[in-house]
Amino acid sequence: MRNEPVCVAMVAALCLAVTTVSGQAPSYRAPRTGDGKPNLNGIWQALNSAYWDIEAHSAAPGLVRELGASNAVPGGMGVVEGGELPYKPEALAKKKENARNRLTLDPEIKCYLPGVPRATYMPYPFQIIQSQKHIMILHEFASAVRTIYMDNHKEAPADSWMGWSNGHWEGETLVVDTTGFLDSTWFDRAGNHHSDALHVIERFTARSPETLMYEVTIEDPKVFTRPWKMSMPLYRRVEKNAQLMEFRCVEFVEDLLYGHLRKPPSK
Amino acid sequence: MTERCLVVLGILGALTVVLVLAAIPLAAQAPAAKTSGAAAKKSYVQPRTPDGQPDLQGFWTNSTYTSLERPKNVTKEYYTLEEAVQVEKEAAAREAEQTLPGTVADVHYDLTQFGLDRSQSTHAKNLRTSLIVDPPDGRLPAVTAEGQKRAAETAVARKRMGGPLDAAENLNLGERCIMMANTGPMLPMGYMSGYQIVQGPGYVMILSERMHDFRVIPLDARPHPPSTVRQWKGDSRGRWDGNTLIVDTTNFNSKRPGVGDNFAAGQAFRGASEDMHLTEWFTRVDADTIQYRFTIDDPRTWVKPWTAEVPILKDEIQGPLFEHACHEGNYSVGNMLKGAREAEKKAAAAASKTGSK
Repeated sequence: MRNEPVCVAMVAALCLAVTTVSGQAPSYRAPRTGDGKPNLNGIWQALNSAYWDIEAHSAAPGLVRELGASNAVPGGMGVVEGGELPYKPEALAKKKENARNRLTLDPEIKCYLPGVPRATYMPYPFQIIQSQKHIMILHEFASAVRTIYMDNHKEAPADSWMGWSNGHWEGETLVVDTTGFLDSTWFDRAGNHHSDALHVIERFTARSPETLMYEVTIEDPKVFTRPWKMSMPLYRRVEKNAQLMEFRCVEFVEDLLYGHLRKPPSK
Repeated sequence: MTERCLVVLGILGALTVVLVLAAIPLAAQAPAAKTSGAAAKKSYVQPRTPDGQPDLQGFWTNSTYTSLERPKNVTKEYYTLEEAVQVEKEAAAREAEQTLPGTVADVHYDLTQFGLDRSQSTHAKNLRTSLIVDPPDGRLPAVTAEGQKRAAETAVARKRMGGPLDAAENLNLGERCIMMANTGPMLPMGYMSGYQIVQGPGYVMILSERMHDFRVIPLDARPHPPSTVRQWKGDSRGRWDGNTLIVDTTNFNSKRPGVGDNFAAGQAFRGASEDMHLTEWFTRVDADTIQYRFTIDDPRTWVKPWTAEVPILKDEIQGPLFEHACHEGNYSVGNMLKGAREAEKKAAAAASKTGSK
C-alpha cells in the first residue's frame, strides 16, 4: 500500500494535470466515434528528442565512433515539467551508471519491449484503435502492444514490460492508469530509470484534428522523492499511405547478443 | 514460362478459388451440424460495431488437435465422433508424456503440469481429419519444378550454415522468438493459441498472444506497398463482403526456412515463395464461432492453390491475453549455444589427450 503523503501528492498532481489540460486547448472538441467518445483513432508520433533524453540537454557525440554525426545526439529542451528529475541519491547514481554503460545496458539496443511511457516518444509511429471495451495502442517498435481496458478494471494479474492499463474518459481526455511493471525498462537513452513500483498516469487529449496533447504523471517512491510530470504534443501521421511497418528487431540484434557464442571456424 | 502463360495460370488459380469457395461451406456444414446445432446458426443476428462493421470483437482461440495435413494412414474427410474423441485422447496423452527420445528418462516435460495445454482450455472438437479442405485428400498439392529446385537450393544453403547449435540464426524461428505458426495464415499452436480482435473505424486489429504479434488490417482498399517492401507477416488489406471479412496479404519475405527444416515456420508456410498470395475469410457464424478459411496461392511453389479451414472459438474465460515477452526472457538460445561450445571444448581437450599418448 502506498503511504499517505504520496497519495496526497498524487491527487495534487492530478488536479494540476486537469488544470493544465483545460488551459491548453479550451476550445477544441474532438470528433466523436460511433459510441460518442472523443475519436483518438489514428497513427501518431512524437516529434522531439525525448527518446535521447527526457531532460533538457545539449547536442552530444554518439557512442558509436563509426556512425559519426548520423548517430549523434540532437539537443532538446526536455519534456519534464519543473526542471530536474527528483531522483533519490542512490537512484541518481544508478542513472549515471546507466548512461555510462548504455551500449551494454539500454534495453532498446537489445530490442526489448520499451515500456511506458518510453514507447510513446520513440522515433517510431504507433496506432490507436479504439473500441468501447478496449483501446489498443500498437507500436511499430518491436510490435509492442498495450491493451487499455475501458471497463472491467482490475489489478495487474502479472508484472510485464508494457504494464497493465485501465482507462477511463474524463470529458475530452482519455486517462490511462498503468501499473504492474517490471523494473527492466528505461525512460530514454540517457539511462533515466524506474523500479517495479512505477505507476504511470497518462492523459491523451485531442488539441486539434492532427495533434494530441500527451501528459504523463510518474510515481515511483522507490526511485523518486515525489511524483513528476512530462508532457509533449503527439502528431498525426497524415500521409495517405501511412501505416505501421514491421519492425521485428530480434533478428537485428542476434549477432550482438549471441555472436560471441558462435561456433569458431574450424582451421 | 511466358508472362501470358502466367496470367492464364493466375486466372485458372482464381477460378479454382471461386469453385473451392462455393463447394466448401456445404461440405463443412453438414458434419459440423452434428456437433453444434445448425438451427442456431440460421437465426444468428450479426451484431455491429458502432461504426457499422460486423462485430468480431472479443477473445478467441483457434486451438485444436486437428493437424494441417491429413495423417497418411487416414483416407476419409471426417472422423466419427467416437474416432475423433479417441484421436484427441491419444494426442493429449502424448503431450502429457513429452519425454524426449535420447535423453535420460527423467527429463520429462509434462505440458499439463507447466502450462495450459489444449486439453485444459477452449479448443475446437473438429471432426475433420485435416485442416486442409482442398485438395480433397487433405494434403498439400504437388510441388512445382521451380518449388522443388528452390527447396533443394535452400537445403544446400542451410547445410552450409552448419549445425543448429553453431549460431543463433541456425536455430528455428520460434526458438529465436522471431515468429511462430500464428504469423501469416493463423494456424493453431500446441498451446497458447489465443487471439484478441478489436475493431475501430476503418480497421480490424488481430492480436495474437504469441509474441504479441499484431495485424492492423486497413479496410479502405488502399494498394499494397511496392514489391521492394517485404515483411515476415506480409502486408494485409481487408474488406467486408456482407458479414465476411476478406483479407488479402502479399509482400511476404523469403527468409523463412524451407520444407521440413523448421517446425514453427515450416508449418506456416511450407516452403512457399515470397510471391505467395494469402486470402483469408472470417465469418462469425454464431456468437461463439468464427469460421476461418484461408487459401494460399503460389504458382511458383504448388501446382494449384490450397485451402484450409480452422475453427476459431470464443475463449471461454474471455482473456486477458498476457504479455508473451519471448525474446526478453529467451535464455534458451544463449544457454544452448553456450552448452554446445563447452561440449566442443571438452571434446577437443579429450582428443588432444588421446593424440599426445
